[in-house]
Amino acid sequence: MAKTHVTMKVNGAEVEGLVEPRTLLVHFIRENLQMTGTHIGCETTHCGACTVDLDGMSVKSCTVFAVQADGSEITTIEGVANADGSLSALQEGFRMMHGLQCGFCTPGMIVRAQRLLMENPSSTEAEIRMGISGNLCRCTGYQNIVRAIQYAAAKINGVEFQEAAE
Amino acid sequence: MNDMTPTREQRTAVLEGMGCKRKRVEDIRFTQGKGTYVDDVKLPGMLHGDFVRSPHPHARVKSINSDEALKVPGVLAVITAETLKTVNLAWMPTLAGDVQMVLADGKVLFQNQEVAFVVATDRYAADDGINKVVVEYEPLPPLVDPFKAMDADAPMLREDLAGKTTGAHGPRKHHNHIFEWTVGDKDLTDAAFRKAEVTIKEMISYHRTHPSPLETCQCLCSFDKIKGELTIWGTFQAPHVIRTVVALIAKIPEQKIHVIAPDIGGGFGNKVGAYPGYICAAVASIVTGKPVKWVEDRIENLTSTSFARDYHMTAEIAATKEGKVTGLRVHVLADHGAFDACADPSKWPAGFFNIVTGSYDFPTAHLAVDGVYTNKAPGGVAYRCSFRVTEAAYCIERAMDILAQKLGMDPAELRLKNFIKPEQFPYHSALGWEYDSGDYATAMRKMMESVDYAGLRKQQAEKRAAFKRGETREIMGLGVSFFTEIVGAGPSKNCDILGIAMFDSCEIRMHPTGAGIARMGTKSQGQGHETTWAQIIATEIGIPADNIMVEEGNTDTAPYGLGTYGSRSTPVAGAAIAMAARKIRAKAQMIAAYKLEVHEDDLEWDIDGFRVKGLPEKTMSMKDICWAAYNSVPPGMEPGLEAVSYYDPPNMTYPFGAYICVMDIDVDTGVYKVRRFYALDDCGTRINPMIIEGQVHGGLTEAFAIAMGQEIRYDDEGNVVTGSFMDFFMPTAVEAPHWETDFTVTPSPHHPIGAKGVGESPNVGGVPAFSNAVNDAFSFLGSTHIQMPHDFWRNWRAAKELGVFV
Repeated sequence: MAKTHVTMKVNGAEVEGLVEPRTLLVHFIRENLQMTGTHIGCETTHCGACTVDLDGMSVKSCTVFAVQADGSEITTIEGVANADGSLSALQEGFRMMHGLQCGFCTPGMIVRAQRLLMENPSSTEAEIRMGISGNLCRCTGYQNIVRAIQYAAAKINGVEFQEAAE
Repeated sequence: MNDMTPTREQRTAVLEGMGCKRKRVEDIRFTQGKGTYVDDVKLPGMLHGDFVRSPHPHARVKSINSDEALKVPGVLAVITAETLKTVNLAWMPTLAGDVQMVLADGKVLFQNQEVAFVVATDRYAADDGINKVVVEYEPLPPLVDPFKAMDADAPMLREDLAGKTTGAHGPRKHHNHIFEWTVGDKDLTDAAFRKAEVTIKEMISYHRTHPSPLETCQCLCSFDKIKGELTIWGTFQAPHVIRTVVALIAKIPEQKIHVIAPDIGGGFGNKVGAYPGYICAAVASIVTGKPVKWVEDRIENLTSTSFARDYHMTAEIAATKEGKVTGLRVHVLADHGAFDACADPSKWPAGFFNIVTGSYDFPTAHLAVDGVYTNKAPGGVAYRCSFRVTEAAYCIERAMDILAQKLGMDPAELRLKNFIKPEQFPYHSALGWEYDSGDYATAMRKMMESVDYAGLRKQQAEKRAAFKRGETREIMGLGVSFFTEIVGAGPSKNCDILGIAMFDSCEIRMHPTGAGIARMGTKSQGQGHETTWAQIIATEIGIPADNIMVEEGNTDTAPYGLGTYGSRSTPVAGAAIAMAARKIRAKAQMIAAYKLEVHEDDLEWDIDGFRVKGLPEKTMSMKDICWAAYNSVPPGMEPGLEAVSYYDPPNMTYPFGAYICVMDIDVDTGVYKVRRFYALDDCGTRINPMIIEGQVHGGLTEAFAIAMGQEIRYDDEGNVVTGSFMDFFMPTAVEAPHWETDFTVTPSPHHPIGAKGVGESPNVGGVPAFSNAVNDAFSFLGSTHIQMPHDFWRNWRAAKELGVFV
């Protein structure tokens, strides 16, 4: 099948590649760019394991063609850490609050949560739950993911993290 | 001593041993997308395989034509049953003593069954090839309803078993019958029912569902023709078992098979068994000489690999008027689908379902399970439960509520009245188990006090009165569940898989600088073993957990173990860790005695090393002993400091818990709201409370999903109608309730550190709590039992059938 040339900026670096028109963005990222942090859980846009940030929006890269992302700016889990390589507030929050177990949903969940906190840095618990409802987790039951995001929000906002009362 | 000397508390804290909420080691890589899951492994020249699958639930395969497929660019091979027959692999043994087609051999027996395996240069080309394989089918009548499986005129599904009147578990009564398994004293139980003042009988179904971990089943097989070696990376909960199975069926010497389970994206029982994809990828690698990857998609996962449950349980309880139970009788119709691919210990066709007497002192009981074939996907795996324990817990906990309703008793009071008492342990149940320990009433009362049970019942009575007065359309249910699990399979006297005893293992090797590595027979799929196993070692030998690396999943380096499922890792491998660590400490004591020039009996253990009794300043730390082990051991002693333990547990462990769900249901819409869910777990000694809480949250959420809607459903024609995440209920953060957790601690008396296992308790206890809440809500309107799953529509339908709409 004829291939198309695409270029995009992924985690701040210019990348390019030849893809079939039907190549999914997630496969371009995982196979061509060899960045395997973005996972595939369903291939039908339900689970969110493949979530990346595309031009300022959370998208599920299993149902975006690589050619659709031509010329765009993308952030994956590999581009989330602080500039000095230390864990970002969200990555730290997930660890501190036990917001992950098998780790398979975690990259998509963190990438999504990062965009959510950019959109609304003072999200309530209900807003966080709604905001991550496109990302499925089979292990945690979400409660500690919500706490992880609240932890990160507090750190980003420069306030002390306070756990909500039961 | 000066001020810089660490206190005992500081010395203990730095170890991050048992009881510590140690942050997880794994998270450093997982939060950065640096885990290595199977699909992340790539080899030069790697090919991809994918399946042609049957659209029919039951059909004869007339022909398979691959000519056009082989013309598709990138397609290299199409493997069929005929190909597999040349290497005697068209069929494979199942863990349950049955055989299963790897690829359709003459007929297909369930929708989406594997028919042919297309091998191509990439996954897109493989998919193109699939579309060009032409399969001619002759449809046969499908058998969907398990209750019709043994009708005289039921179609024969398994022609390979025609005329066989005996299966792996005894006589077969019908051509679609797999086994009958009976336990208990039938005569005594029948007598108890004849004498009973009160009896109840109910058919309680636990519907078919699926573990559906977020990462599907996958593998990468690479056969080295020169060395004759096969390396398999796979999503394996039990890597060593896979290696042995491959050795037995593929006739490759076991030392030439390397099985590697890298990071696994959840398992929940889905990744215990062996699937056609593994066999096909291995054969494809042998045929093509290239590495071959197989990655299941979600629809394939839900519709072909390992369903769970599908137990239809007729439960009867005999009791006195005062509510003392006197007998239990249960018959189960078990739908196993097309092949009995149940992942149970080999001698247990219905797993440990005979834990169905639950937490109650039944003087007698009788159980019979009939397994049948239907035109559905094979399996019967333990989805986040020890083998069939969740089915058993659901059966007895629902039945106890039904009895309470009949007696007009409070369900909590009925349970308290019938609990096995602390002084009765070790307790021999009527169906053959020896419960190791428990204090049920204490746990139950703690739950009741924590949630103000009496207050909730009062509120419920008021709401019911208001409902009857027409002032509200909302009804309130209290779902009480008290479960006893049986986990930690298991003792070699009664547990094996394909003849291999279900021990588990740990090998610890200490390095000169006071660090070490622990290698395990288990395999984490998210349970956090790299974190918790090191905590056990830290406490046992006084080396900080941070200095202990835990390695799992490589059969070349790990000691043989039976893997992680059935909450067996802590009860079995956790014990092996403690025993191996104690061997290390015993040798360390001899080295310390030699270095301190005292008799070893004059030494006592103190947090992180030995000290001379009566001379507390004369000490030798474990760190220093590690160094000494490599340069100055006592004369005659071998240098080095390592140990291995293969632990064969003397008994199972019996975690238990008291759960309650408070639920409100709008009868006009069927919409429910979980107002409160409180879970008290007793898993014995607690290794990492943070991880335990996380396990409970996750298990409860899976229980919530199952009870409230998650179902693998077939229509009358045998089509799967819940084959994607669009139709198969997976709770999001919006639906998932808020969880409150609590605990009591009753250590296991036979386990070296007293731990019992916890990962599956919340699923086992959670499902009956949700279902009992729904049933309790509707009970005052005249219902006795409403089948799961309790989604909005079914709740609305229940309300309608109970006549609440005028």
